[in-house]
Amino acid sequence: MELVVLIVIIAALALFFIATYNRLITLRQRVKEAWADIDVQLKRRHDLIPNLVETVKGYATHESTVFQNVTQARAAAVAAGASASPQERAQAENMLTTALRSVFAVAENYPQLQAVQEFKDLSENLTATEDKIAFARRFYNGNVRDFNTALQTFPTNVFASMFGFKAEEYFELADTAAREVPQVKF
Amino acid sequence: MSSAESPARLSIYDAAAANRWRTVVLIAVFTAIIALLGYFVGEYFAPGGGLAALPFAFALAVGSGLASYFAGDQIILAQSRAREIGPDQEKVLHDVVEALALGLGIPTPKLYVIEDSAPNAFATGRDPRHASVAVTRGLLDKMDRTELEGVIAHELSHVGNRDIRVMLLVTILVGTVALLADWMWRSFFWTRGGRRERDGGGNAIIAVIAIALALLTPIIATLIQLAVSRQREYLADASGALLTRYPSGLASALRKIAADPEPLEAANKATASLYIANPLKDAPAFFDHLFDTHPPIEERIRRLEAM
Repeated sequence: MELVVLIVIIAALALFFIATYNRLITLRQRVKEAWADIDVQLKRRHDLIPNLVETVKGYATHESTVFQNVTQARAAAVAAGASASPQERAQAENMLTTALRSVFAVAENYPQLQAVQEFKDLSENLTATEDKIAFARRFYNGNVRDFNTALQTFPTNVFASMFGFKAEEYFELADTAAREVPQVKF
Repeated sequence: MSSAESPARLSIYDAAAANRWRTVVLIAVFTAIIALLGYFVGEYFAPGGGLAALPFAFALAVGSGLASYFAGDQIILAQSRAREIGPDQEKVLHDVVEALALGLGIPTPKLYVIEDSAPNAFATGRDPRHASVAVTRGLLDKMDRTELEGVIAHELSHVGNRDIRVMLLVTILVGTVALLADWMWRSFFWTRGGRRERDGGGNAIIAVIAIALALLTPIIATLIQLAVSRQREYLADASGALLTRYPSGLASALRKIAADPEPLEAANKATASLYIANPLKDAPAFFDHLFDTHPPIEERIRRLEAM
């Protein structure tokens, strides 16, 4: 009799472990798929930038530091794309966004440039890509939240680390800088 | 943003799982209706032959079910005179659809335009990988970007939630029931005379049941279809608003659609419930709202504005 009870308990526990493990795997897989979506759009953005720089360069010849900055920032972002974690990539992308803004600020000063079709197309494409990154990021962060919640709630949290599950990182863009507490000096 | 998020984050995974059940239940209900119809048609024409008619009715149901699953979206798109557009046309529409599809984590659906000035849109297909979104020229012309985003987010929610599959099956199954009932009517009409003299009272009961079924089942089937579609609209409004984080966009689009007096010519009774808002602009007064294809648009706007 005791043996039967023991076997039933062990079987129930085993089933519970299997179900939980599979659920975590599914959720983690969704996080990875969502990350792939972001990755595609970030690469698209990186591909658009050299053309933009070339186009603007043709008109704004005296602004070499701006172009250097954006080229460097792009190289850093591309490098981060190869290996870095979501957080590090987001940092590199934020630097790139800042550098890009200064390119567009420069472009503002050249009315002829604003009329060039290629420039219009490029800036439109960049805006559209940034829009897509924003939505892909939202989907990714939603999936990260689902995974992390499943991971950190009881009783899963007790044994999840035994299986090697770790909380995934959110992908936070641009507005993180705005959230930092401003340093006030007297 | 926080208020849009509070009505419980219903992920498309959950909604899709719920719809899988809904699909099973609907198929079961329609199979029962078709079996009932088939049985009594058989009994009526050849007493004791009801069971023999069943395989025929089922073959019809399975056949139309499969046809609708694999080709229904193409039939609906062709009926609606929708034309597929390439990646170079309608750049704004492509950008909006691609961005929102990323936000839902679904592949970008195929895009179609209906050359009609009445603003409207619908989505169809059997799953997100085989999905199509059609919008009218009027929608592209009359909506600004946030309104277009609202409408597209609503349609993509239908895709992500697998509503499109449920609606596809229901639309065709309702058609099958109507077809069967129609055949029954015609056969009553043609064979009534000779039969009555030969048969006794037992058959009279069968005849009454058969006539009642032929009369009622198409109505019941239609009511099921409309009830399902109305319920899905609220959910798609809510998840669309959650996707754009801007319920006012869709609310304003719905207001514009409601204010537009033109009916959409390519829409008919069978496809009306697929659209984001009733394209026929008719409002049957009797039976209250039982036969509405959509929830009242004012109520949808009110709910969106309350988010």
